Amino acid sequence: MSAATILSLPDQSTARIPKMNFITKENGLLSWLLTSDHKRIATLYLISITFFFFIGGALAGLIRLELLTPQSDLMAADTYNKVFSMHGLIMVFFFLVPSVPATIGNFLVPMMVGAKDLALPKINLLSWYLYVIAGIMMIYTMAVGGVDTGWTFTTPLSTHYLNTHVVSAALSVFVAGFSSILTGLNFIVTIHKMRCPGMTWFRLPLFLWSNYAAAILMVLGTPVLAITLTLVALERVFHIGVFDPAFGGDPLLFQHLFWFYSHPAVYIMILPGFGVISEVVSTFSRKRVFGYTAVAFSSVAIAVFAFFVWAHHMFIMGISNYAALVFSLLTMMVAVPSAIKIFNWSFTLYKGSVTFETPMLYSIGFMGLFTIGGMTGVFLGSTGTDIHLTETYFVVAHFHFVMVGGMLMAFLSGIHFWWPKWTGRMYPEKISQLAALITFIGFNLTFFPQFILGTLGMPRRYAAYPPEFQVLNVFSTAGATVLGVGYLLPILYLTWSLKYGAIAGDNPWQATGLEWQTQSPPLTENFAEIPIMDHEAYDYEWLEKQNRARQQQEEVV
Amino acid sequence: MSDSTTVANNALAEEHHEHPSYQRHHFETVDQQFDATNFAMWLFLLTEIMFFGGLFVAYMIMRNWYYPAFVEGSHQLSIFWGTANTAVLIISSFTMAMSVWSAEVRRKGLLLLFLCLTFLFGLVFLGIKGIEWHEKWEKFHVPGLRYSEQAFLNPASDPEVYKEYHDQPLSPDMAQKTQEYFFLYFAMTGMHALHMLIGVSILVFMIIRAKHGAYTSGHVTFVENFGLYWHFVDIIWIYLFALLYLISRH
Amino acid sequence: MSEQHQQHEQEHHIVSPFTYVIILLALLTGTALTVLASYFDLGEWHIAHGVTIFWNPVAALAIASTKMILVVLFFMHVKYSRRLTKLTVASGFFMFLVLISMTLTDYMSRAWGRW
Repeated sequence: MSAATILSLPDQSTARIPKMNFITKENGLLSWLLTSDHKRIATLYLISITFFFFIGGALAGLIRLELLTPQSDLMAADTYNKVFSMHGLIMVFFFLVPSVPATIGNFLVPMMVGAKDLALPKINLLSWYLYVIAGIMMIYTMAVGGVDTGWTFTTPLSTHYLNTHVVSAALSVFVAGFSSILTGLNFIVTIHKMRCPGMTWFRLPLFLWSNYAAAILMVLGTPVLAITLTLVALERVFHIGVFDPAFGGDPLLFQHLFWFYSHPAVYIMILPGFGVISEVVSTFSRKRVFGYTAVAFSSVAIAVFAFFVWAHHMFIMGISNYAALVFSLLTMMVAVPSAIKIFNWSFTLYKGSVTFETPMLYSIGFMGLFTIGGMTGVFLGSTGTDIHLTETYFVVAHFHFVMVGGMLMAFLSGIHFWWPKWTGRMYPEKISQLAALITFIGFNLTFFPQFILGTLGMPRRYAAYPPEFQVLNVFSTAGATVLGVGYLLPILYLTWSLKYGAIAGDNPWQATGLEWQTQSPPLTENFAEIPIMDHEAYDYEWLEKQNRARQQQEEVV
Repeated sequence: MSDSTTVANNALAEEHHEHPSYQRHHFETVDQQFDATNFAMWLFLLTEIMFFGGLFVAYMIMRNWYYPAFVEGSHQLSIFWGTANTAVLIISSFTMAMSVWSAEVRRKGLLLLFLCLTFLFGLVFLGIKGIEWHEKWEKFHVPGLRYSEQAFLNPASDPEVYKEYHDQPLSPDMAQKTQEYFFLYFAMTGMHALHMLIGVSILVFMIIRAKHGAYTSGHVTFVENFGLYWHFVDIIWIYLFALLYLISRH
Repeated sequence: MSEQHQQHEQEHHIVSPFTYVIILLALLTGTALTVLASYFDLGEWHIAHGVTIFWNPVAALAIASTKMILVVLFFMHVKYSRRLTKLTVASGFFMFLVLISMTLTDYMSRAWGRW
């Protein structure tokens, strides 16, 4: 499997990292903290979300450790409630939502459209600062005792019954939401207004289409979450509001407003991941993505459907049966564009010259795990099975298959794929392939047993469980350990590669995107001169012609 | 089209080839810069629509559930101050539109005049809002802090409102729900006033910059985009006025 | 780029003060009208069991929407803006309607069959 590779590195004895690039342009901490360069902001984001990922990951470790035994012996039940709530809040709002857009997206969107920067560079920096402020607020919340509402802030639990730090947690999410709005807004404006000559909508790499769709969701959905959490905070402070039945409010109103954002938020998390997969699958099969237009429009379709399905989170909460019927039907329809994507990626592989470098391994893992995650979503979207399965470990397994098996795999795939562009150096191939394999095995070991636990009826969000569930829980905890190793490895070898990795050259993967036509790491203004897009996306014949022309030129010289 | 003057970016034409000082380095042309920031402002307003949208939904649901409480709660608002405030805000919107026009035709004196007027009307609006809120405080109609259901359990105890509307007493259960009305009243007008406050603060900044001629040398983007924000805040008030003050009078 | 370059030559409209004055007068008239309308009981229309339209709120919201449209079209220059801006405004209202209508599907039918 590892013999064939498309990797083409420059001659290591003569190759150098270009002296002038966005990393070396200026020095000093301030030059980073006050930068308006999208690549530097992306780097800042990458460091900060990795930090939060490891906090969230440590909390996940605690959860799995507690669930090793049926009794709640490692921590008391209310501590456990706080741990899983903080795990959810940090992972959703501080890792998954900004993961691909704010790091890889921030790095790539301007380069892929052939621009010097995002349309609003200062707003981009502001977005990072808002993220940091929100992060500090969340850490403060955790330091003073945490919050135990779950990441959903369910009322009236959050407004009436609990005595934990709901207000600071809600405000933190509020601020993080604005950071995400600003990123989304920036992407939309950039993709509309900053495209280089020749870059038409249907020449955009699919990464941009899916980030564009996610950005629409960020801009339209997040404000509703903001106002909802404001109302929750007000209700808590003034003891009057529209969500608590004790004052005549309606808890379901909270659910409607909350899931109006938080269901689309699931697509905010996964859509940018789809974009990464499109790029990687095409590059490592040396073929144009099958049905480019269909894949592009399926992203937009998912963004549109996203706003019509939220009530499937509320089937057992006492909403109207008739409304449930409508929402159930609409939910099923989301499966169509998702399936279009999976099928088209599979067809891209068909008869391609497929090679299995690390990004491709992660992507293939993604396709399998996301399919399982997506299909189990259909079970949960049908009202009948949902009543049995919701609030059990089946739901936990379902969204971890989508979020961890899907999004995290896509994130790692993208990080490996664009690492040479970002740093100018290659990551070590063998060990990273091993890490991808470990992640895949660890993931399945952790979360597959949870499907079974769920169908057997183990409820989520409890510190203790009946002893007959222990065997599967031990599997799950063991898997989490393996998964932890899978996540620690990349941190180690990617850091190592910053100094010792092989020099990558401009286009180690022989990929076609505009970002590969410039030096690695790129200049601050990305391109020496504004590029002109004169070919379709994923046109490998064009690339070959380019290479041949360059070779001839060199021979003449 | 007869009602508008059509001017090709004439003033910019002569300085087109050499980049004007206000063009940021990552844009190719001034037009692109104007387009991009203008579009970004519209997207921001889109988020604002959804932000207030959540409040409007809550208001709609609650009003349908507790109709009598919302009707009698709304009778406590002063139609006089509400109308006055609507007029003030509409006029300020007009002066803001005129500020944009003054910047476009590069008349610094007029720009300063209209910006100051907009600022003034913004303050008047906030002042009137303050008077209304103060009245609620006096009458124990601030839920969560200072609330009494007296005026709804026994409407005759509030003769000023009673002589105009002749409200029936509400049941204790329903009278309690007037708190929902006032909660939403304060949440909506408060959120709106917060936007006004931000707008007024930016206006101060703009007046100082306009004095130095920042907006009258062809670079109208900031004034134009702020104008969009100001008009949006005006639109929100137009709906708040209808929903909170007017629709429950009969 | 197609967008940028085609629209590059597009003209920048400066709306005349005269238009603004007209719109101001229209808005003030609208305000007067809507206050006036609130002093009269405009009655109601029973369509079916449980479905009644009260004309007072309808009138108030219709006038408010007219005012809103005037502000958006003229003060905010949407009438003279390019299609993208118009589309953005439209999508804002569309999403707001989705929020309201999809929420209402639940509230309207929650008690069906439970009378």
